[in-house]
Amino acid sequence: MIDLDVTKSHVVHQWKADSPLIACRISPTGDQCVSTSQDNQLQRWNVANGDKVMLQGHESWVHAMTYSKTGDELISGGCEGRLIWWSIQDAQPKAIRMVEAHSGWIRGVELSPDGGMLVSVGNDQVVRLWKSDTGEKLHEWPAHERHIYSAAFHPDGQHLLTGDLLGKICVWKLADRTLVRTLDAATLYSPNKGQNAEFGGVRSLAISPNGNEVYAAGTHKGSNPFGAVHEPLLLRFTWSDGALTKSHVCDGIPGGLLYRTVAINDATLAAVSGGSTGGILLFFNATQEKEFHRSGLPSLARDMDIHVGKGLVATAHFDQHLRISAMFA
Amino acid sequence: MTKRARYACGSMDHALNRRRFLGASGLVGAAGLLGGVASLSSKVAGAIPKNDYRVVVFNMHGGLSQLESWDPKPSTNTGGPFRAIPTSVPGIHISELLPKTAKQMHHLCLLRGVNTAEDDHGKGAYMMLTGRRQTPAAEYPQVGSVAAKMLHDDQTGLPGHIIITPGGGGGRGNEAAYLGPKFNSIHLGGDKPPLNSNKPDAIADDAEARRHLLRRKINEQYLSQRRSAITDAYTHSYEQALKLMERREVFDVSKEPQAAQDKYGSSELGRQCLVARRLLENGVSFIQITHSNYDTHNDNFNFHIEQVGEFDLAYATFIEDLAERGMLEKTLVVVLSEFGRTPNINLYYGRDHWSKAWSVAMAGAKVVQGAAFGQTNKEGTEVVDGQVDHGDIFHTILRGVGVDSSQSLIVDGRELPIADPAAEPIWKVLV
Repeated sequence: MIDLDVTKSHVVHQWKADSPLIACRISPTGDQCVSTSQDNQLQRWNVANGDKVMLQGHESWVHAMTYSKTGDELISGGCEGRLIWWSIQDAQPKAIRMVEAHSGWIRGVELSPDGGMLVSVGNDQVVRLWKSDTGEKLHEWPAHERHIYSAAFHPDGQHLLTGDLLGKICVWKLADRTLVRTLDAATLYSPNKGQNAEFGGVRSLAISPNGNEVYAAGTHKGSNPFGAVHEPLLLRFTWSDGALTKSHVCDGIPGGLLYRTVAINDATLAAVSGGSTGGILLFFNATQEKEFHRSGLPSLARDMDIHVGKGLVATAHFDQHLRISAMFA
Repeated sequence: MTKRARYACGSMDHALNRRRFLGASGLVGAAGLLGGVASLSSKVAGAIPKNDYRVVVFNMHGGLSQLESWDPKPSTNTGGPFRAIPTSVPGIHISELLPKTAKQMHHLCLLRGVNTAEDDHGKGAYMMLTGRRQTPAAEYPQVGSVAAKMLHDDQTGLPGHIIITPGGGGGRGNEAAYLGPKFNSIHLGGDKPPLNSNKPDAIADDAEARRHLLRRKINEQYLSQRRSAITDAYTHSYEQALKLMERREVFDVSKEPQAAQDKYGSSELGRQCLVARRLLENGVSFIQITHSNYDTHNDNFNFHIEQVGEFDLAYATFIEDLAERGMLEKTLVVVLSEFGRTPNINLYYGRDHWSKAWSVAMAGAKVVQGAAFGQTNKEGTEVVDGQVDHGDIFHTILRGVGVDSSQSLIVDGRELPIADPAAEPIWKVLV
């Protein structure tokens, strides 16, 4: 096990794709990473040596991905509304299943804690649950009144959370898909009347491994959304009662948006900020209002994933690079 | 006061425009002194024969992305995440953000080769609305003022030039230049009559009549000795306001059947389109509808989903409604911006200003239907066929409603071409 020290985070690898990157995910074993790019393609990278294999099958950008529990398959969700299951460990991965899943963008694809169920959410405001090994649709229900930006399964395996443009987080009981309660993350919604712009949203949801806290990431203070003037914001809620316990703000990032947040452990949370201030890895804990450490990245980042066991952070960048950072000295 | 949409780029032009606007609106009582400077002693020569054509301009404020609307480039480096969809015209595809408009494509004519070579908001807007480049040497009337001058029949009792814009509240614009303040716009905020256009209940009808009698008598005394273009415009403004007060119900979309209101949707733009249709039916010659805001340097795709989606329902319903009522034959509907947006996608998923290769859409009147004129290259960075500019489009709008755009007006003894003589109509899109 790696002795993590996020304050020592530094880039150890960078590899260039053919187009600006959008999203990335690290495999369960940590030896592989998949990124997506603006040319509608996916890239599988060997983390040890940077060997790259291209995957083609989407007709649009891909914002949402997850590996299967075993890591044998990758499920990607595109802006054309299609879910694709890939045989990601093959020398040349193939699309083994395609499902026209949503009308419009898929913004979130997540795997249940036991790996048996997949959730997909997007602009059609519908939550869909799938059997992860067969692609069979299990349930669907209209869940929000605006675009759904993110989803996360609670570690208890009994609940699902979804977050939308307006900063509304819904907690669903999986057994009967009833709404248990909502969490108010409206500060992540930054409408600007002068620009007639609706902006913000729950860009990312995460839950602490022990299930005690819910994290919602995005942006606030959208004084000029069209001009990329808005600041990162991370909200911390208590799972037991849905109370907001902390609003983590970040000084000196006038152009920032948290594209993703990931719980490293029960005490530490990572997030990646993109925007006009640049790419920054931010690390938070429960005691400090602001981040306890930040690590600048060489270029604007748009997504991030973490492999805790290997102490690695993958970041997808506008400058076409996938970067791997180590969270240890 | 009209609320102006904020741009992302903080261009000085916006501040200048605002000052200019404030200057103009501050002179409402003086009947638009600024607009009348050149016409103080002018007499526009010759009676212009009116026709029953109308013009509607959708001004996509801030710069609509051509790639997310009329000229998509899916699966290219510049295409972004949206796909192209087929339309009611085989072979013509537009962005998937316009599914309802796609079904009305047989009424539309796309100009996909627009190159205006001006990436500044204020200058670009001036060019698109006047058909000329801005110059300190002259002020040119906007297309709305020209249309009101050439097309409008005063007997309707309604203004000939109306701009519907978010926050507009009944003030007057300053777009007429040498045509005189009579042809400046009246700004509406949406689906309600202009502010202060109802007679207060405390004023009895006979008292109101006596007030106007007195005003007219004093006016006549004054005009008998000191008549000028300014005083004429002042008098006209009062009389027009009185007529408008009598016809307030025209602006009220609640008078429409519920089914019609539902069809246009609940958005502000939908209600504005319904007002526009009612105004057209009642003889208003020119209406500009502002849809704001498209200046999406950041998060272009999320914003365009919202904005273009709202536009799609309202615009497609408007076109279909006009066509079904037989009004499209006499109404030219133009969708324009000050420029398009960059094919290049920037760091923040944004697109910046791009005037070298963008699109304008037209429908109705004497413009060919179901056509796409002009072409950009594979990634949309350059026009490769059918290039046109703001001057050509200005000519085409006028020709499209039966106005000879090569004619001139005589102002203060000077011959002033109503459209830039260096440009010409896009004949291939006119019938």
